[in-house]
Amino acid sequence: MSDAQTQIPVTVLTGYLGAGKTTLLNRILSENHGKRYAVIVNEFGEIGIDNDLIVESDEEIYEMNNGCVCCTVRGDLIRVVEGLMKRPGRFDAIVVETTGLADPVPVAQTFFMDDDVRTKTKLDAVVALVDAKHLPLRLKDSKEAEDQIAFADVVVLNKTDLVTPEELEKVEATIRAINPAAKIHRTQRSGVALDEVLDRGAFDLSRALENDPHFLDAHDHDHDHECGPDCDHDHHHHDGHDHHHHHHASDIHDVTVKSVSLRGGEMDPKKFFPWIEKVTQMEGPNILRLKGIIALKGDEDRYVLQGVHMILEGDHQRAWKDGEKHESRLVFIGRDLDDERLKKSFDACQAA
Amino acid sequence: MPTVAPLDLEGHCVAAVFLNDVPHFAVADGAIHRLDNGHKTVQANDGLLAAFHDAANDRLISGGEDGKVFAVRAGGEVSELASAGKKWVTSVTTGPQGTIAYASGKTAFVRFADGKIKEFKHPRSVEGLAFSPKGMRFGVARYNGATLHFPAAEGKPVELEWAGAHTGITFSPDGAFLVTTMQENALHGWKLADGKHMRMSGYPGKVKSLSWSVKGKWLASSGAPAAIVWPFSAKDGPMGKAPLELGTRGNTMVTCVACHPSQDVVAVGYEDGMVIAARFADAKEVLLRRPGKGAITSMMWDKEERRVVFGSAAGDCGVIDITA
Repeated sequence: MSDAQTQIPVTVLTGYLGAGKTTLLNRILSENHGKRYAVIVNEFGEIGIDNDLIVESDEEIYEMNNGCVCCTVRGDLIRVVEGLMKRPGRFDAIVVETTGLADPVPVAQTFFMDDDVRTKTKLDAVVALVDAKHLPLRLKDSKEAEDQIAFADVVVLNKTDLVTPEELEKVEATIRAINPAAKIHRTQRSGVALDEVLDRGAFDLSRALENDPHFLDAHDHDHDHECGPDCDHDHHHHDGHDHHHHHHASDIHDVTVKSVSLRGGEMDPKKFFPWIEKVTQMEGPNILRLKGIIALKGDEDRYVLQGVHMILEGDHQRAWKDGEKHESRLVFIGRDLDDERLKKSFDACQAA
Repeated sequence: MPTVAPLDLEGHCVAAVFLNDVPHFAVADGAIHRLDNGHKTVQANDGLLAAFHDAANDRLISGGEDGKVFAVRAGGEVSELASAGKKWVTSVTTGPQGTIAYASGKTAFVRFADGKIKEFKHPRSVEGLAFSPKGMRFGVARYNGATLHFPAAEGKPVELEWAGAHTGITFSPDGAFLVTTMQENALHGWKLADGKHMRMSGYPGKVKSLSWSVKGKWLASSGAPAAIVWPFSAKDGPMGKAPLELGTRGNTMVTCVACHPSQDVVAVGYEDGMVIAARFADAKEVLLRRPGKGAITSMMWDKEERRVVFGSAAGDCGVIDITA
């Protein structure tokens, strides 16, 4: 039966025109990595590779009829994914390239809200390509550039050769301020290792937060730099820099997204679940992403959570390890979030 | 007890039909299989996405990933009717006098029997297509409603609005009603004489299969654990009336329905591959096929009303003989 069908992973590639998406796509299609990808693009135009599995599709946002502004999906993706999945043996994974101005949220929500798509595929990660030189300008003139970063699991900070080390620091700090939970890779000519963008399992509750051992740590330490959970770039670049960003109230101009990171001890499940339900119901339109690891009182297992707007998914992940601190951590990325109120109400859910 | 002649194919069966009483199976890879004194195969599209049985001309029209439209006739004759370019052809249908229509992206195309093609551009994607029974007009299912065109004449199309994404479309056999399937778990209908709306909701899943009963008195639908059959014999259609629920099962969903050509009976196919026949009058059920490997995707009765051809998402297809 269809339940036994394996779900094909889907990677969503966002980024402004000129950020390097086509270069990365060409690498995905041509490099010898032993996997076959179906690629959904908006225009065949720039990809110079002839491949049956490149599908052209017009971005089309469908609002659901229930009046909820969060409930938007990409109608074209439903159609194309369904078509592709009629012959699933042809490819191992799907990559969706969005246009420069695309809102990544409906793309992601398609993979949670449409039953057919959800049965056959699973969202693997949202990857944002960012042009190191032009990002400051993009952030000034559009909300989309910021949304794409805020929503990403992986940010490929591309064209680093076109900026000075100081400019690069600043751009990375901006990205980090918008999205403290994303992994950032500095590259030139989209030269990121493909396994850093593909098969990430960023939406897989059993894997999502395991990938990032320092998940959410960034806020609590006195870091000497704006480094996030990845910390895999050369730290010495940061030497001498003095960062005193208050992470969730960015002093960087043109940034309207902020993150709220919460940390606490063991939670009372009777208080926590109604609270998180209520928060996602009430604040859903303002929440782009949320991720969390929750320690529930009397529970042997870590509870992991992730969400997109009003969609919330949670599950027991694995047993707490011996000696591991039973701690709850939760980050919201969004707009107009009331951090004081979130913090207070979160704290009130702690077990006595 | 009905008997099943199985045909195990590789891949998703898009359409299972009779052409000249011979069972044909159109598979997603574009192969058209038939059981015609043995198993024979011809190739249509490179990647077959949509197919429609043209009853008047006894042929199957298919559209696919290659952007092409083919006609398949009994005996394995395949001819290319049109090419829409590099984009997928995602929907096909047929009208009177050999007219066909197909959709690619935001454009609906009508191809007349003489080969002339007329384009109908839309602001949004063309999701579903259907001709009215008399063929004076054809309907396009689209985001926020449906559009009715008059392909043979110039003139403004009629827009029927209803918020939400409409994915499939069908006219009632008497031409009085237009019904669409939606991205949401619902059908929407319009009484064409006065534009009155009909909301048919309450489905736990998306409705992907619709079938009109003889003379259009009922409309059977998938998308629930039972076949949901709406009464359409009153002048306002099903408004204010409850549908029949036939063949209810607790652990699976109906994925395909096909009404009997002359009696108030529907063949019901399920997600687990089971097929039954159910009678409207007393909801009596007869098992036609035990569960198989994949969801039933397509079914059709033959002219003698003796056999049902079926296809599945896993490729385990076949022909059921109900008289055996």
